Amino acid sequence: MTPGLINANPVVHETKARSVRQESTDETSVDEFDALEIFEHVRDITDPEHPYSLEQLNVVSEDAIDVDDKSSHVTVTFTPTVQHCSMATVIGLCIRVKLMRCLPPRFKVDIRVAPGSHASEAAVNKQLNDKERVAAALENPHLVEMVERCLQEREG
Amino acid sequence: METSSGEPTSNGFVKPPDFRREESGRGGAAVESNGHGLGMGLTLRLVQELEGHSDRVWSVSWSPSGHTLASCSGDKSCRLWENLTTSPSSSTWRCQAVLEGGHTRTIRSCGWSPDGKLLATASFDATTAVWEVTGGEIENVATLEGHDNEVKSVAWNSSGTYLATCSRDKHVWIWDVQPGNEFECMSVLSGHTQDVKFVAWHPTKDILVSASYDNAIKVWAEDGDGDDWRCVQTLAEPGRGHCSTVWALAFDKDGDRLVSCSDDLTLMVWDTSADLADLSGSGQAQWKHSTTISGYHDRTVFSVHWSRVNGLIASGAADDCIRIFAENREDSSALPGESSFSMVAKKVKAHSTDVNCVQWHPTDPRILASAGDDGTIKIWEVIGDLSLVG
Repeated sequence: MTPGLINANPVVHETKARSVRQESTDETSVDEFDALEIFEHVRDITDPEHPYSLEQLNVVSEDAIDVDDKSSHVTVTFTPTVQHCSMATVIGLCIRVKLMRCLPPRFKVDIRVAPGSHASEAAVNKQLNDKERVAAALENPHLVEMVERCLQEREG
Repeated sequence: METSSGEPTSNGFVKPPDFRREESGRGGAAVESNGHGLGMGLTLRLVQELEGHSDRVWSVSWSPSGHTLASCSGDKSCRLWENLTTSPSSSTWRCQAVLEGGHTRTIRSCGWSPDGKLLATASFDATTAVWEVTGGEIENVATLEGHDNEVKSVAWNSSGTYLATCSRDKHVWIWDVQPGNEFECMSVLSGHTQDVKFVAWHPTKDILVSASYDNAIKVWAEDGDGDDWRCVQTLAEPGRGHCSTVWALAFDKDGDRLVSCSDDLTLMVWDTSADLADLSGSGQAQWKHSTTISGYHDRTVFSVHWSRVNGLIASGAADDCIRIFAENREDSSALPGESSFSMVAKKVKAHSTDVNCVQWHPTDPRILASAGDDGTIKIWEVIGDLSLVG
């Protein structure tokens, strides 16, 4: 790891038991999306600077996900491990990319840091929800590589 | 119904009244009737859906004659669409050309010169390309370099002598259009504190407006003594300016008014009749906030356009809707000098995802083009009595 980590000693939490719910394998079935399903998509994203998942670091939780399937609206609120986390926008970008790939395009996704959890809360939120900025970021090879690394399937 | 008292909820607390509906004052009611006899008098009929781009379409631009529609996309190409007949409402639009190879990243914006011979394309690759379109021949005749990063918008002035570009680098550049397709940077305008999202020229004067991620709109004019440009006004007064990113701007036909759209879910109309260029420096002439159109949009408003033919305002938003607004002719509740607008049409699910751009046809009062994240361009015909709203 690089010297000067933003958060050198993160607290690692136990992870929630995997959902026992039968994930639909039938392409034609119409299951409603709920917070648990969204959580399943984002819990295993790897933190940009630690070998832990966002769930292990308590960055994401099922409770902090709101889904309104009927109006096709998802809000994910995440909590950076430290107030000055410069990785917050990368984490948010990872969550956005993961959901872009997993959810039908009808969904509108808002991603925010939890109120009071980040020193530049408004700026981070604004950037993460500006789709032009997101589109430009996803044409930046360095950022894309970083995001892809976080989204790689975790072992175990 | 009393809205100020709120309504009790199951846990005994009083729920505050719905902020957005309360603020608008004519939210849902406008759908049925707005009290000015306009109602939802118009509908949008889909003329044709144009497919071909392989990524989201960011922007469309009509050639000055309305004969050609240019579109640009995240697929790094620009397409030119023409109708096989002389009627834009006939569903015979075809892609006549694909402009490729000019950019290495998303093309965010495109714009025609007033003579319809040149098309400028602004790209996230930090360059602006200029294409000469004469007859069937299209040639990339210039590449304008200078911005540090993504170029987000491009616009020609009314006489075709200047080209303006803006970028995430917070600057606006003004290019002097010279003979032989030479473009020389005349001025680099600094003032915005964040990305500049959009630039637009006044329809008759050499006055430029820019919209930014810093929530402000800036007005730029040439200094009396020559080649330099400066900011003559910033439209961002607290309480009378947008409170989030301003995405687009459009003047009305004569340039007496400007409409802006924002991430704050509102449109704002500004009185731009004061002659800033004449009195620059004296601080006397000011453009003023005229009215705010709120309570209609559910998500970010990305595009707004004021028809120079029918006087209507169209908006495109991240809630997938296209809305059309008309000015209320007689509004007894308005103060002198103020104006008010009502929604006269709403097309739900105009695109299956975000509507990124709406552009009225330059000569036909009934034709509107839109572009969406779904990768399509749509041509719409306005159905209904335009004389009632125009």
